[in-house]
Amino acid sequence: MECELKNHFFDRVASDHLNSCALALQEPDTDVMSSVPAPRRTTIIHTFGRLVIEFVQAVGDLALFATSMLRWLCRGLPRRIVVVESMYEVGVRSIPVVLITGMFIGMVLAVQGYQQFHLMRMETRMGAVINMALVAELGPVLAATMLAGRVGCAMAAELGTMRVTEQIDALRALGANPVQYLVVPRFLSCFLLIPLLTVVADAIGVAGGWMLSTQVLGVDATYYWHYSTEYVAAWDVCAGILKSMFFGAAIALIACHCGFTCGSGAEGVGRAATSSFVLSFVVILVLDFFLGMFLNELYWTLWPGPSSFV
Amino acid sequence: MPSRDPFSDPFTGEESGRTIIELRGISRTFGAQNVLRDVSLNIRAGETVCLVGESGCGKSVTLKIMASLMQPSSGDVLWNGVPIGERSDEELVRDRLRFGYLFQGAALFDSLSVFENIAFGLRQNTKMSDAFLEAIVAERLKDVGMSPTSARKMPSELSGGMRKRVGLARTLALMPDIILYDEPTTGLDPIMIDVINTLIMKTRRRRPVTSVVVTHEMSTVRKVADRVIMFYPLSRLQPGESQIVFEGTPEEAFSSEDSRVSQFVYGEAGERMEELALL
Repeated sequence: MECELKNHFFDRVASDHLNSCALALQEPDTDVMSSVPAPRRTTIIHTFGRLVIEFVQAVGDLALFATSMLRWLCRGLPRRIVVVESMYEVGVRSIPVVLITGMFIGMVLAVQGYQQFHLMRMETRMGAVINMALVAELGPVLAATMLAGRVGCAMAAELGTMRVTEQIDALRALGANPVQYLVVPRFLSCFLLIPLLTVVADAIGVAGGWMLSTQVLGVDATYYWHYSTEYVAAWDVCAGILKSMFFGAAIALIACHCGFTCGSGAEGVGRAATSSFVLSFVVILVLDFFLGMFLNELYWTLWPGPSSFV
Repeated sequence: MPSRDPFSDPFTGEESGRTIIELRGISRTFGAQNVLRDVSLNIRAGETVCLVGESGCGKSVTLKIMASLMQPSSGDVLWNGVPIGERSDEELVRDRLRFGYLFQGAALFDSLSVFENIAFGLRQNTKMSDAFLEAIVAERLKDVGMSPTSARKMPSELSGGMRKRVGLARTLALMPDIILYDEPTTGLDPIMIDVINTLIMKTRRRRPVTSVVVTHEMSTVRKVADRVIMFYPLSRLQPGESQIVFEGTPEEAFSSEDSRVSQFVYGEAGERMEELALL
């Protein structure tokens, strides 16, 4: 039974691939036509029903995939060199893009916010708004988006290519478990390193916002930091970092799942990479919303009273 | 109850020639498409069996099901008389290592060098030292006619024939008892086809391995096969007809009067030309 569960993904994946091959190779004679089921109904209700079923199947598949990954994670880590290589790719090589985007987000916030705050003669409070927005929301979401775009797409494409070229089957034939060898290191890398990338994005964003506000727009630096430290609490920073860990886990699982289940050929790999980014981005925003609500509730439960900013 | 270690010493003494892989009533469906229907066959220890048939008739699927790389929709796969479903995960992984699988495109790991590819299975399943691994890899490369310096190359630097030979070296590194070849000569020039055929023969001479070869090349069948099993596409069969339309020696295949067999063996399209409206 356990074995069947283990083989579920690869079996399904192989089915899709071979199905498309088999269909392509069949000649269009009458026997084939007789074995083809009746055409799909295309009323709105049929289409809606089909979409619901496909959604439930996809969620169930992803849940099984995640369970399998967690089981292999508990059984033991893969070889150190595999994990280190994955961490280098996910962490170290993502730093430049996170630095550039983080810096510009901080500066953009300063530019866009300045006019409004200046009209209210509250430009000294800009630091609080910029830094709060960065550490609580934009830093984690930005780092996650960069990770989904740079690393997630690459993961989906790489694993998809491995599947199409039977390298995943080859792993199994050589006594390695593909989930343990391919998914666990990628999951660990994303899960453990995205908090660091978030801290980098936060720090460089804060620096960018400060630089533009005080050095270009002429906001007083003393008041800028005074209001920043007054309104941005350690909780906000920690909440942002905590959220990022969920984003990292989601990105790794979605990217690997898209790769493991991609369709045949170059088109299938391309679709897997695209789906990986789109799905990851949607899930990041959905998770951000729900985690934000949960963490706010938790904050009010732990420290009842007015919030730090209000 | 059969032994729980079914592959122990399977080719010696009285045990030689017994059935070590058995497919019982295997069917495989992909969505609405049936690829295999109620296929039953046996592979005996020490023999070389060629699975032949038109593209899309389910040969590669059968090979993957044999190696438990794919699950059948229905039916049983038995390794030495024990259904694979009765094995635990650990037993399945252990027993699968008795199989070597040469994939159609060799399936070398792109990100690893030739050395790492060949040593992969050994690294994964043993605790051999690097020096010992180097010696084994050099020996396996020599077995397939490649120089030890090739070990440093990446798969992208290899030609199609070299990739197949590295794939074979990787397969041989774990000293499998059963080798499954999925179209080992497809896409190669006639000289390289003969090289691969010779390597298959050489491997068998060196060690008493059982081989199953999926191929379209009748030169491969002539050269390596003890037995030929021919599959036919389900779409061309009547309901209830067996999907295996021929089972026998290569000589019997070449002298068969069944037009389905002779047309394939001699590469004649026959009535297909009319069906395809090419006449």
